Amino acid sequence: MRDELRPDPDALLAKLKREERTSGRGRLHVFFGASAGVGKTYAMLQAAHDRLREKVDVVVGHVDTHGRPETAALVEGLPSLPPREAPYRGKTVREFDLDAALQRRPRLLLVDELAHTNVPGSRHERRFQDVEELLAAGIDVYTTLNVQHLESLNDVVAQVTGVVVRETVPDSVVESADEVELIDLPPDELLARLREGKVYVADQADRALSGFFRKSNLMALRELALRATADRVDEQVQVYRRAEAKQRTWPITEKLLVCISPSPSALRVVRAGRRLARRLRADWTVLYLEQPRHFSLGRRDRDYAAQAMRAAETLGGETVTLAGHDAVGEILRYARDNNFSRIVVGKPGRFWRLRDVFAGSFVARLAERSGDIDVFIVHGGREKEAARPRAQEPGPPPIDWTRYGWSAATVAACTVLIALLQADLGLANQIMIYLVGVVFVAHRWGRGPSILASVLSVAVFDFLFVPPVYTFNISDTEYAVTFVVMLVVGILISTLTVRVQEAAEMARQRERRTSALYSLSRELASSRNLDPMIAAVRRHVLNLFGAETAVFLTLDDDGLVLRGEGEAPSFAKDSKEAAVAQWVHQHSQPAGQGTATLSGAAALYLPLTGSRGPVGVLAIHFGPGAGDPGTDQMHLLEAFASQTALALERALLAREAHRQRLAVEGEKLRNAILAAVSHDLRTPLASIAGAASSLEASGERLDPQARRELVLTIHEEADRMVRLANNLLEMGRLQSGTVALRRDWQPIEEVFGSALHALEGPIGSRRVDVRVPKDLPLVSFDEVLIERVLFNLLENALRYTPAGSPLEIAASPRDGEILVEILDRGPGITPGEEERIFEKFFRGEAARAGHGAGLGLAVARAIVEAHGGRIWVENRPGGGAAFRFTLPIQGEPPAVTDENAAGALDAAGGGAS
Amino acid sequence: MTAPLPEVLLVEDDAQIRRFIRATLPSHGMRLLEAATAKEALAQAATRTPDVVLLDLGLPDADGLDVIRGLREWSAIPIIVISARGLERDKVTALDAGADDYLTKPFGVEELLARLRVALRHRQAGRSGAPTVFAGGGLQIDLAGHLVRLDGQEVRLTPTEFKLLAVLVRHAGKVVTHRQLLLEVWGPGAASNTHYLRVQMHGLRHKLEAEPARPRLLLTEPGVGYRLRDEPGLPPAPGGQGSEV
Repeated sequence: MRDELRPDPDALLAKLKREERTSGRGRLHVFFGASAGVGKTYAMLQAAHDRLREKVDVVVGHVDTHGRPETAALVEGLPSLPPREAPYRGKTVREFDLDAALQRRPRLLLVDELAHTNVPGSRHERRFQDVEELLAAGIDVYTTLNVQHLESLNDVVAQVTGVVVRETVPDSVVESADEVELIDLPPDELLARLREGKVYVADQADRALSGFFRKSNLMALRELALRATADRVDEQVQVYRRAEAKQRTWPITEKLLVCISPSPSALRVVRAGRRLARRLRADWTVLYLEQPRHFSLGRRDRDYAAQAMRAAETLGGETVTLAGHDAVGEILRYARDNNFSRIVVGKPGRFWRLRDVFAGSFVARLAERSGDIDVFIVHGGREKEAARPRAQEPGPPPIDWTRYGWSAATVAACTVLIALLQADLGLANQIMIYLVGVVFVAHRWGRGPSILASVLSVAVFDFLFVPPVYTFNISDTEYAVTFVVMLVVGILISTLTVRVQEAAEMARQRERRTSALYSLSRELASSRNLDPMIAAVRRHVLNLFGAETAVFLTLDDDGLVLRGEGEAPSFAKDSKEAAVAQWVHQHSQPAGQGTATLSGAAALYLPLTGSRGPVGVLAIHFGPGAGDPGTDQMHLLEAFASQTALALERALLAREAHRQRLAVEGEKLRNAILAAVSHDLRTPLASIAGAASSLEASGERLDPQARRELVLTIHEEADRMVRLANNLLEMGRLQSGTVALRRDWQPIEEVFGSALHALEGPIGSRRVDVRVPKDLPLVSFDEVLIERVLFNLLENALRYTPAGSPLEIAASPRDGEILVEILDRGPGITPGEEERIFEKFFRGEAARAGHGAGLGLAVARAIVEAHGGRIWVENRPGGGAAFRFTLPIQGEPPAVTDENAAGALDAAGGGAS
Repeated sequence: MTAPLPEVLLVEDDAQIRRFIRATLPSHGMRLLEAATAKEALAQAATRTPDVVLLDLGLPDADGLDVIRGLREWSAIPIIVISARGLERDKVTALDAGADDYLTKPFGVEELLARLRVALRHRQAGRSGAPTVFAGGGLQIDLAGHLVRLDGQEVRLTPTEFKLLAVLVRHAGKVVTHRQLLLEVWGPGAASNTHYLRVQMHGLRHKLEAEPARPRLLLTEPGVGYRLRDEPGLPPAPGGQGSEV
């Protein structure tokens, strides 16, 4: 069929994605070997020399020659980066300098020993993370790796050689390598080189393990290395074939479900599952079922599960956490719902469980009910302790013996009660009282004490109440049945009670998590602004984790900045911490406390990634002595971070939209102002220029009257421009918010006088009545600005009322304020324009015919409002307009002694001194 | 009138303003010296000893304040500063630094000449002591005799009012800043209690002005201080007319 030969679109897409992902990224070339001494470093250096001859910019980032002369000679011929000297336990350790490498940016960089663990305090815990960053920066990298360091083969190697390797590299790193070159050396030759001392053995400890270099080991390792390489080659062929559609060899995708329990074997099960998945070319998912037990587990046990989940993620599997009681049922339901064809579980652990006796072991039940799903059982023995991560782990919580004490006390209390009531109670009811005690203990103090209570009850009951009393003998064998039943019932009841409680506890915990997330997201949703959102996150994290929070955001192209510097906790202001945040932001990866990257930082840094990319960084500071965040906390925090990121992104978008709207509105206003101002500037300029040129050209020929007209025009128009300029400047200053009011307590008359004085010319012979009551209280205002208000109002009145019509200025006290009125007998205000007349560049009907920018009243309003007053205009009864404004008398006017009241002295007498 | 024509030193970097003043002064009996920079100004002042300095505060090479301080180190020559509206702080600073008066840009010829005349009069009087008598607008004041008459009627003033009026008379025609008035009348402790001054001025106006809210003699210079108007020919009784052009 032609269809069969068509390329699988998904596969093509995947290939394209791979290419896309790798373009712009550096290429990784891994020199892969079975063990130390096969010549990986040597081969790498030789390859580097070849590239150097091709004029490629090659730099040695870090190569340890281990004192071998021929290796050293090869290094000599290549440009090298100086190592970074890092202090470690009193010694100076020479480390690869990542920053120098990123700075130098060679085309190709050599970094030996991919599995190396960096000195504490380095940016990354592991060298492969350094390499990852180099690749991301577009630098090609040559590196070396031994098969025993490959994560998925780690335990196989341990099984074969008996040596547990601590430094493993996630398979995904090697899988994503562009080239894996196998450096192979037959075991015999390697052994020969070893004997000749050509192979470096790391240190005394390794030398002690020189059993490692046994022929059998070397053969096994070689086989592993060869097979890993062959697998890779095979996979490449498959990928190639699929893309080219030479032939459809790919089966319907298998799906593998790996189930783990919180035990040391979890990691091993994950690795085994991964190997199986690879062999089957199956997608694989690791499932952790949170059973009620989960919450009563010690942190150490919970960490087994978390560690296995993390390993699964690094090995390229998906991870799922489910909660439920019936493990078998939940697992099978999940597997069926998601079309898993195979399930991998570990072999049962070391404990004998009551349930297994009644219902069959977990594995047996799973196999029984799995139906058409294959179940694989892998070896789940205890992982060697050495294989555990080096992190400090707290031991299991110490047993609380007081609970057992209470258990015994309860049994004693039951016994006393029974002794008191013995006369009235049959044996059956005595047993009932004990059972009540057992249930009570189970309820209060849990499983262990309740089992103790069951056993104690039976023993005490036998000893005290069953004839013959005061011995453990029994007269009737029927009692044996009673005891067994009593014991079994006691234990069953206590188990059930405890389980109900555990289920409740689990529900409570889940509820707590869900409600924490829910209340956070609700609060985030209710806000549209950044700062309330950040405050909400800060409050929630503090409530739930007792930790301080800081948020870094990318705002306004300023790069990543700490938001709310004022309220931010002090740790976030440290520039070193800000650098960690910067790194997290750039790489969109968590770092800091409790992670593998920059773990020396004071806080945990989570990237805030919204739907359109990185938004910022969330920093969580647990405070000294709080220890690293646990897995549960980590998950919840990550959920918090993603909620926060989405909300912040929303706020940022809203902000951006708001800003653009403002910009558009501002632009409109600017255009309107520009149009008005240019009109109002050009008109007088045209008159001035015209009049001046007329004077210049024909001054002598004009009669004195005409000349006077022209000069008057120039003068008046210039005055008009001066007024416009003053108002524009005043408006600009008022709007820019740079004007601080210079308030003074003073009588309002002060400014009446100066405004009238300034307008002496335009007023001319007009009648202006001024009415000010003599006892008007002082009021606090800025005299320069209020004078401007009066000047503008008077000027407005003078301009728009007929020459000769009277004006009136009055001030009067009102409740807590002073009312100032400017009254005219002009045409009044066109109804409907009372408000708009105070807008910028608005001109009333009367004004439209005339000229003058509509700024004076807007300036007046701005000034009055800055003083906390109001300004408005009304038509007067009997014709004309009344402009009114108020000035609040804020506070108490200062006391001034009135010498006149004390008895005025005449000038002659008073001044004598 | 055989006395030499008074010399005015104009310190201004704008050529158009220099041109306008250059065209105006000679026809009003004054000679003009020009300087465009602070350096030139100090040199001219030292070599030519003008009678009055017109100083723009915005100079290209230095702050106008430095010119005032430089001149005041050795000379009591009247200085009139020219500054824009809205820069009241600068004016007050300049006045407190030793300037005698100010003009607000843009200004008319009338205003310029009035300021120059007052300055020249004080320059001449300065050689024989500050004025102690004042007459104008119907008001007669004799500081030595503690006599204040309005339209021939004696006016009763409180001691503070009299002290305040006395300071203004001694600087008749010139602006006196709030600070100067407070220092001279109330002493150094009251330099910031502007409201004392305002209240006393209010009282003074009610005793000496026909329309206290439209004063003709005791003028307010908003944001700067007060000025006792001193213009020859000011009519004695106001009849609702304040125009003077």
